[in-house]
Amino acid sequence: MDTIIDAHHITKTYNPKTIPVVAVNDVHLHLERGEFTALVGPSGSGKTTLLNLIGGLDKPDTGNIIIHGTDITKLSANQLIDFRLRNIGFVFQAFNLIPVLSARENVELIMQLQGVSRNEINQRVQVLFRQIGMEDKINTRPSQLSGGQQQRVAVARALASRPQVVLADEPTANLDSKSAGNLLDIMAKLNQEENMTFIFSTHDQRVIERARRVITLVDGKIVTDTAQVDTSPAVHG
Amino acid sequence: MWLLKLAWKNLWRNRSRTLITLSAIFFAVILSATTNSLQDGVFDHFIRNMVSFYSGYIQVHKDGYWDQQVLDNGFERRASLEESITNHSGVISVAPRIESYALASAEDITKGCMVVGIDPKTENAITFLSDKIVQGTYFSDNEVQKVALLSEGLANRLNLNLNDTVILISQGYHGAMAAGKYRVSGIVHFGSPQLNDQLLYLPITVAQEFYSAENLLTSYVLSMNSDKNLKSTAQELQTTLGKEYEVMTWMEMLPEVEQHIKTDKGSMYIISGVLYLLIGFGIFGTFLMMMAERRFELGMLIAIGMKKHKIVMVLLVESVLYVLVGCLVGICISIPITWYLKVNPIRFGGDMAEIYLQYGFEPIFPASTDVWIFITQGIIVLVMGLALSLYPMMKVWRMDPVTAMKK
Repeated sequence: MDTIIDAHHITKTYNPKTIPVVAVNDVHLHLERGEFTALVGPSGSGKTTLLNLIGGLDKPDTGNIIIHGTDITKLSANQLIDFRLRNIGFVFQAFNLIPVLSARENVELIMQLQGVSRNEINQRVQVLFRQIGMEDKINTRPSQLSGGQQQRVAVARALASRPQVVLADEPTANLDSKSAGNLLDIMAKLNQEENMTFIFSTHDQRVIERARRVITLVDGKIVTDTAQVDTSPAVHG
Repeated sequence: MWLLKLAWKNLWRNRSRTLITLSAIFFAVILSATTNSLQDGVFDHFIRNMVSFYSGYIQVHKDGYWDQQVLDNGFERRASLEESITNHSGVISVAPRIESYALASAEDITKGCMVVGIDPKTENAITFLSDKIVQGTYFSDNEVQKVALLSEGLANRLNLNLNDTVILISQGYHGAMAAGKYRVSGIVHFGSPQLNDQLLYLPITVAQEFYSAENLLTSYVLSMNSDKNLKSTAQELQTTLGKEYEVMTWMEMLPEVEQHIKTDKGSMYIISGVLYLLIGFGIFGTFLMMMAERRFELGMLIAIGMKKHKIVMVLLVESVLYVLVGCLVGICISIPITWYLKVNPIRFGGDMAEIYLQYGFEPIFPASTDVWIFITQGIIVLVMGLALSLYPMMKVWRMDPVTAMKK
């Protein structure tokens, strides 16, 4: 197996000088390529903080996070931005598409930042929109898309850069049941087809059921880490 | 290229706000360009009036004449000298003069006056003296008759009318006795009381004969298209003519006028400053709103891997586009407005017009269409916009993506 994430003794404390809040407490995490993992736990358990630390958006107070061989805790802020661009795909709860760009341009943006050639961008965009089933909406602005469609575009954007790992923070929180189901189908399919590693933070039982590994956090600590089989009926398009 | 495209699209993400900001810049440019155009036009008009009263834009004297204005500090009239002044670029015409003081008498009344010997044709090209004649006629081009033009105040004081005789007594060149009698061929009116009470004009050869100063001049008076290159022209002339001569601009000869213009311009700068301040607040308000609206999005861009300098570049291009579009449209509209005000200047009426006329000024507010006014205003607003755009840039530079994306 190919190790993608190897994190040791990660601790993150907010407000250390006033009222300290330990968000992540001495966490160890090991993920292999192609895993489809859910981080679960009550609000305030440290799911989002752990995702931010893995994604290099935040720095841990202690510990090391090694992603595909690079210890990101040793990188400067500027190096981290570059690292994220090439190795991490983000899917946010609130979709976060750029409203002035079309769906296609939103997906293209990340590849333009990477300096990918125009030909390659065009090919990749076609493939991704086919994978998310939105070829007919490729030139539509986000405001004219439903929440589910926007989140599918956000997934396409996250995958556009061919990242090592895709981090999704509550990706179905703002979606209705049908849209959430569709999104999960797409992500599961992409996970299989592109062998990309997915980590979700979620409260959503539908997401938890589809995950092949579920890590439960309570008060910043991992309390359970279980492997499971995806039993839900997939709607493959 | 895609950065430019993104910036352009961002410009139109909130059309109302963009249009309000563009309007603020647009009206600011129109206001400041029109105000400055009027100000420059008025001062140009004022200066043109002032120099055409008497001094001209530039005068050439023998070195030291201005400090001690006596005939003994005059210089010989030479064709080569006149030619080298006339051929200088920017100089339109050159008028020779011989000036000194004399006692003017009629019957039993005597008054001191300034006698100015002029070449009728070239003098008229500079000071438009024939337009100031209120009685009688101007000198013929090569006048050699013993005739004089008296300023109105002086004629009144001496109780002289047309065709009366005025007697002049003075000291001539190198202490020679000077005396002569001259027929009053015309009476001229000057707006300035100082000039109106003491000027007496003679044809140049007649004046030289009066002062026993054959071929002697005290000054050359120069006229120019405008006073834009005045100082450089004066410096170049000084270099050409050498240390034997002094070349003086109207500003050096009439320092009180220059001071008056500077004071007036100072108050205009304050008004312009207030205007720019208002524009600045307008633009800054837009940037504040923009940052509040896009904080989450900018945080997301940093999170997904867009380097901060690229985001700063997008914001800079947006700011430049904002200001540039506003400025260009503002300038395009200002040009016909100022052109109209130049062709149809604002005209005073009533008492104000009377006062202006009394001082020999046409009571109008003409506008200047000097292209530099528009360029300068455009550059000022552009620089201001760019300086203010440092605020969103600094915000991005300090932005932490996690904090920015918190709701």
